[in-house]
Amino acid sequence: MRKMLAAAVSRVLPRVAPKPASRMLGAAGTFADKATFDIKPCELYRLEEGPPATAVLTREEGLKYYKTMQMVRRMELKADQLYKQKFIRGFCHLCDGQEACCVGLEAGINPTDHVITSYRAHGLCYTRGVSVRSILTELTGRRGGCAKGKGGSMHMYGKYFYGGNGIVGSQTPIGAGIALACKYKGSSEISLTLYGDGAANQGQVAEAFNMASLWKLPCVFICENNLYGMGTATDRAAASTEYYKRGHFIPGLKVDGMDVLCVREATKFAADHCRSGKGPIVMELHTYRYHGHSMSDPGVSYRTREEIQAVRSKSDPIMLLKDRMLAGKLASADELKDIDADVKKEIEEAAQFAITDPEPALEEIAHHIYKDNPPFEVRGANPWIKFKSVS
Amino acid sequence: MTVRDAINQGMDEELERDEKVFLLGEEVAQYDGAYKVSRGLWKKYGDKRIIDTPISEMGFAGIAVGAAMAGLRPICEFMTFNFSMQAIDQVINSAAKTYYMSAGLQSVPIVFRGPNGASAGVAAQHSQCFAAWYGHCPGLKVVSPWNAEDAKGLIKSAIRDNNPVVMLENELMYGVAFEFPPEAQSKDFLIPIGKAKIERQGTHITVVAHSRPVGHCLEAATVLSKEGIECEVINLRTIRPMDVETIEASVMKTNHLVTVEGGWPQFGVGAEICARIMEGPAFNFLDAPAVRVTGADVPMPYAKILEDNSVPQVKDIIFAIKKTLNI
Repeated sequence: MRKMLAAAVSRVLPRVAPKPASRMLGAAGTFADKATFDIKPCELYRLEEGPPATAVLTREEGLKYYKTMQMVRRMELKADQLYKQKFIRGFCHLCDGQEACCVGLEAGINPTDHVITSYRAHGLCYTRGVSVRSILTELTGRRGGCAKGKGGSMHMYGKYFYGGNGIVGSQTPIGAGIALACKYKGSSEISLTLYGDGAANQGQVAEAFNMASLWKLPCVFICENNLYGMGTATDRAAASTEYYKRGHFIPGLKVDGMDVLCVREATKFAADHCRSGKGPIVMELHTYRYHGHSMSDPGVSYRTREEIQAVRSKSDPIMLLKDRMLAGKLASADELKDIDADVKKEIEEAAQFAITDPEPALEEIAHHIYKDNPPFEVRGANPWIKFKSVS
Repeated sequence: MTVRDAINQGMDEELERDEKVFLLGEEVAQYDGAYKVSRGLWKKYGDKRIIDTPISEMGFAGIAVGAAMAGLRPICEFMTFNFSMQAIDQVINSAAKTYYMSAGLQSVPIVFRGPNGASAGVAAQHSQCFAAWYGHCPGLKVVSPWNAEDAKGLIKSAIRDNNPVVMLENELMYGVAFEFPPEAQSKDFLIPIGKAKIERQGTHITVVAHSRPVGHCLEAATVLSKEGIECEVINLRTIRPMDVETIEASVMKTNHLVTVEGGWPQFGVGAEICARIMEGPAFNFLDAPAVRVTGADVPMPYAKILEDNSVPQVKDIIFAIKKTLNI
């Protein structure tokens, strides 16, 4: 069993060198406009062909992906710090290590496509357009949070982003339903429905697969396989750990989830598949989380520190992108350092706001029970305590 | 107009009125509905708007919630609410709570409907009443029609409501015909959610019920009237938000209260009504303790004699009324 896991982890470690296949120098001669890189070919299931084996990265894209991934990384690390300082309470599931997933996905779709995920949602929430400030402030439970402090870590929403879902696997049929709405309305929008390796064993996932396939819903089911469902390694939970094949009658792709370009190209491919009316597709993103399952899990009782360190040193998604950008002369090390400094500053400011913003007013406790309802009274802890509920 | 046809008409009118409304569930399309409630709709509206689902309650309830979140207005039918237990997480955690958790960013305009409670001879796993379970949860609206007018007005209001609404129908009522008042024939006939109706005025005692038992209460009232006892019968119509004001006003007039429901006694609808009356202004007007008439506290048995005694009958209601009035 240890061997199988070691094999799984080694698949997360890269085999592709960062050197570009080709690059073009820009007019100024200092940086290249773009460079082409080899990316790991995806394993295919029920597909004749897959995403390309190379990807073009422009300087502009590279800088954007780099900054975005750093923002997610720093935001998650800041959340870790704030949690330990007791500014954040309850559940806090961090996605550092998995940055290539949320950034790569976003790069492969349109802003008007739809995304839904599990409770490990901060990264996707950011890439979908919610500000770091409102994410951190939601985590600290203050009125400036994206859900005004009423949702917390697991319940953050944005335009075209449907959370943040606390119940494992429940988002999977919901995502298929969003795809149904896209098809019903006749739009070419698609639904990206993310779930983890743990959630993959939920019955409702199989139900969602069945209906999405029956009705040819434009749904990309994405299994973010970070090798552990809380403290349970994949081979202790799943009779088949080939999550990209678990859609059975649905075609699938296994993707290197540590490589933002791989994720992007695979996402474009999958999105195309759905937009062309072929029905759903499954994407398994092979990735890794540095933190434990949540802030209450140190994450080292079921895996070794050596394993975590190995992934960090060999396949960190931000490091991989940085190496590529430097090798491809798309940016300088100093330029990237400047971005790091900007990111750090932005996160610090957001965190400052998050810990100083006041909590929601008690008078608002009963708001948003119903939509478009005339105001009504809501009972508090005893019959004499009454709150007003406004939509 | 039967209750079945009233629901059918209500859904038909709303499907016609708003392109975004659609119906999904087991057998709703080509079979015309397991209980024929959606008869003719698939023929009229086709595959896109009337969708047969596989037997996957959790899955299709989740799909319906997602469709609602993304801007459609689904009607999700559970063949009976017993099967909604498989999907109850989607109803409560994904539908009911989302508007609140998102502080108003994400609404879920969905209707969950289907037959609820006891039928005839279908035994324990197919006879449970879910009024108390769904009525428990903030964020949800729960309605329980009795007659044809209720059924049409409430399904239309439920579909037009921008919140998750659970409509608890009754299989034994589907085939029962009622007078259909002229205003109910209008395409814009709506019954407000959250308002009870006084079906029969009275002075001696307030009798509150929802769904099929409303009919039993009216029967009991007719019998008692011959003995000079005038019952005020209230048809709750909505379980949540409950119209306590109408009940309180009535109790303040009659000084006596009996609640009637098909569900189990413990933590039921009647228990809630009694607690609210105790905590409110009507308590001081009670001349006797409020009493509940409910289903028997047993899983529904199969044998007819046992089943008959597991649901509140007219004689049980009369007995409770007389006891409360000390007659």
